[in-house]
Amino acid sequence: MSGTFVGMPSFPVAAGVAVTDERLRGNLRRATHTIRDKRAVAVGELADWGALREAGKEIKDRTLRGLDGYLVELEAAVTAAGGVVHWASDADEANRIVVDLVRATGEREVVKVKSMATQEIGLNEALEAAGIAAFETDLAELIVQLGEDRPSHILVPAIHRNREEIREIFVRTMSEWGRPAPEGLTDSPAELAEAARVHLREKFLRAKVGISGANFMVAETGTLVVVESEGNGRMCLTLPETLISVVGIEKVVPSWRDLEVFLQTLPRSSTAERMNPYTSMWTGVTDGDGPEAFHLVLLDNGRTATLGDEVGRQALRCIRCSACLNVCPVYERAGGHAYGSVYPGPIGAILSPQLRGIRSEVDASLPFASSLCGACYEVCPVAIDIPEVLVHLRERVVEQGGKGHRLEKAAMKAAGWVLNHPGALGAGERLASKTRKGHPKKLPGPGGRQWGQSRDLPQLPAEPFRDWWKKNRA
Amino acid sequence: MRVALFVTCVNDALYPRTGRAVVTLLERLGVEVAFPAAQTCCGQPQYNTGYRRETEPLVRRYDMAFADYDYVVTPSGSCAAMVRDNYPRIGRKAAAEGRGSGLATAAARSVPKTYELTEFLVDVLGVTDVGAYFPHSVTYHPTCHGLRMLGLGDRPRRLLEAVRGLELRELPGAEECCGFGGTFAVKNAAVSSAMGEDKVRAITGTGAAAVCTVDNSCLMHIGGTLSRQGSEVRPLHLAEILASTEEEPWV
Ligand code: SF4
Repeated sequence: MSGTFVGMPSFPVAAGVAVTDERLRGNLRRATHTIRDKRAVAVGELADWGALREAGKEIKDRTLRGLDGYLVELEAAVTAAGGVVHWASDADEANRIVVDLVRATGEREVVKVKSMATQEIGLNEALEAAGIAAFETDLAELIVQLGEDRPSHILVPAIHRNREEIREIFVRTMSEWGRPAPEGLTDSPAELAEAARVHLREKFLRAKVGISGANFMVAETGTLVVVESEGNGRMCLTLPETLISVVGIEKVVPSWRDLEVFLQTLPRSSTAERMNPYTSMWTGVTDGDGPEAFHLVLLDNGRTATLGDEVGRQALRCIRCSACLNVCPVYERAGGHAYGSVYPGPIGAILSPQLRGIRSEVDASLPFASSLCGACYEVCPVAIDIPEVLVHLRERVVEQGGKGHRLEKAAMKAAGWVLNHPGALGAGERLASKTRKGHPKKLPGPGGRQWGQSRDLPQLPAEPFRDWWKKNRA
Repeated sequence: MRVALFVTCVNDALYPRTGRAVVTLLERLGVEVAFPAAQTCCGQPQYNTGYRRETEPLVRRYDMAFADYDYVVTPSGSCAAMVRDNYPRIGRKAAAEGRGSGLATAAARSVPKTYELTEFLVDVLGVTDVGAYFPHSVTYHPTCHGLRMLGLGDRPRRLLEAVRGLELRELPGAEECCGFGGTFAVKNAAVSSAMGEDKVRAITGTGAAAVCTVDNSCLMHIGGTLSRQGSEVRPLHLAEILASTEEEPWV
């Protein structure tokens, strides 16, 4: 039901439309500013934040360096605990594995706890094509699913919706999917949450198969970890008979001890909580408690290729806290959908073009979807230098050529020549200054038009600095 | 102490007043400033747009132009950040791509002597009161590269606070990007404009007579937006305020 991102227009086009949507901008501004201020307070409480950030970065880097070994260790531990490990190199393979696993149970519906990996591969669509209904159980995911919408934020996928819109979606669609919304539902948060709770409860009690993601996988013990706020995830993880977890290979950490760092940095960065309300951990299967069968699908889908890029691989350190989205001035105005991926915002701008490549219009435009202000790097709890990776990926897009870049490259080359010949540069500046009376406030051409849509050009001075210096000092 | 001014290409061509203000200010403080004519551009626009190889000659040129000086002072936070943060990267990559260590050496030489103006005043000259007089209300926008890449901290504020007659007005959301971002302003014009308009709303909301930054490129975007809106608020480089005295008012 939820739309996919295939065939997205380039970022500037999509963002250009979003920016004119006053309601969207209002919703995003309110939400991101509230959470960013709270995050700053939660982070400020820890005297050793800098050390924790550095530790998180180190752990992830060490893991990525020895990823193959840790994954094999993880597989052995999961298997020893009674789980089954499946390896999926791409989205199709992962979807096939999950569909086959669900089919083998004979069930026609599954409950899901929020998992970005399954959205990345389009699992819901694949299940639907196989005649299996997937029910999202995370509140925000439920809103997105019922609204036949796409997620626009890592942590709060329905961040672009306000309360009135959510009430309208519930009233209109809940009955098609199960228990209808209660009579006279208002848009008070408590009533909306209760409506979702009642609607979901029915699904939980009926479901025989659960599908989850994971925030972390511990190699030494084979333990999977989900960090959440609502408790719906925990129901999803414990009530069904079969549990299938689909997780990106970069989510592994070497040891149990490593969680000490991330269980502090993740909640503070994402929800500005000292500790998240629910942390669920499961290791294989346990007789008479929880699911009787456990499958782990380890997803590559472009991650190994990303690992091969010395600068770009730091994107795999990401723990999906969404702090970078909440401080990003571009995300705040463009909205999450413009990024054309389940990973929006600054992290999406560097992750999607690496996982998917830069052939599509949207992927080739993502590295340019930033003013390089550096706010994302500043808040990232694993110190991903997002601006550095953006510039690195821009280089790759430029090399690829294509739309607009040939002309740009020629201009850059010409500018390069002038800048390497100060005499020519000075002469050009002089000429420009001499003819300045005839210069328009708006430049012609596409670049000029774009600059001029809200801004005047500065007036050219009578004399460049170079000439003033020659006359007055040299 | 041999001090060179790196005026930057934007200031040279569009904002020569800023360069003159820096010269006036530094000379008043007893510094003898040189302007090596071999300088051009730090390469930031090219580098940030994805043309790394095209910046390599500019790294070499920078090193060559300023080889004889102990300090290079520039009235541009983002150009100083370009040299300090990105020159070493450019050098390392050139070496990694098998083009020798020359560029890395040139880059390494440039880094320690490059100072943004307020750093030079506060850290090297050890002054915060530069004897300026500017009897107007001013709000200060800390540009992103000055703030986050260089870590200028409160240096610009301390300099402003010491200016006689100046009334400093707090800018709400000061640390938010103004939306310039070099070629971003053209490639993502809609978002850039929206950011600029929000920034300008915050600036005019302070009621200040002028807004100042340590980077004319951001100021070009802010000033262009103010101008389009017919605002009276004057965009000024910090150096112009610091250059102003009772005897010789800058504006
Ligand atoms: S890149 Fe950093 S800040 Fe952004 S979601 Fe990932 S961990 Fe969080």
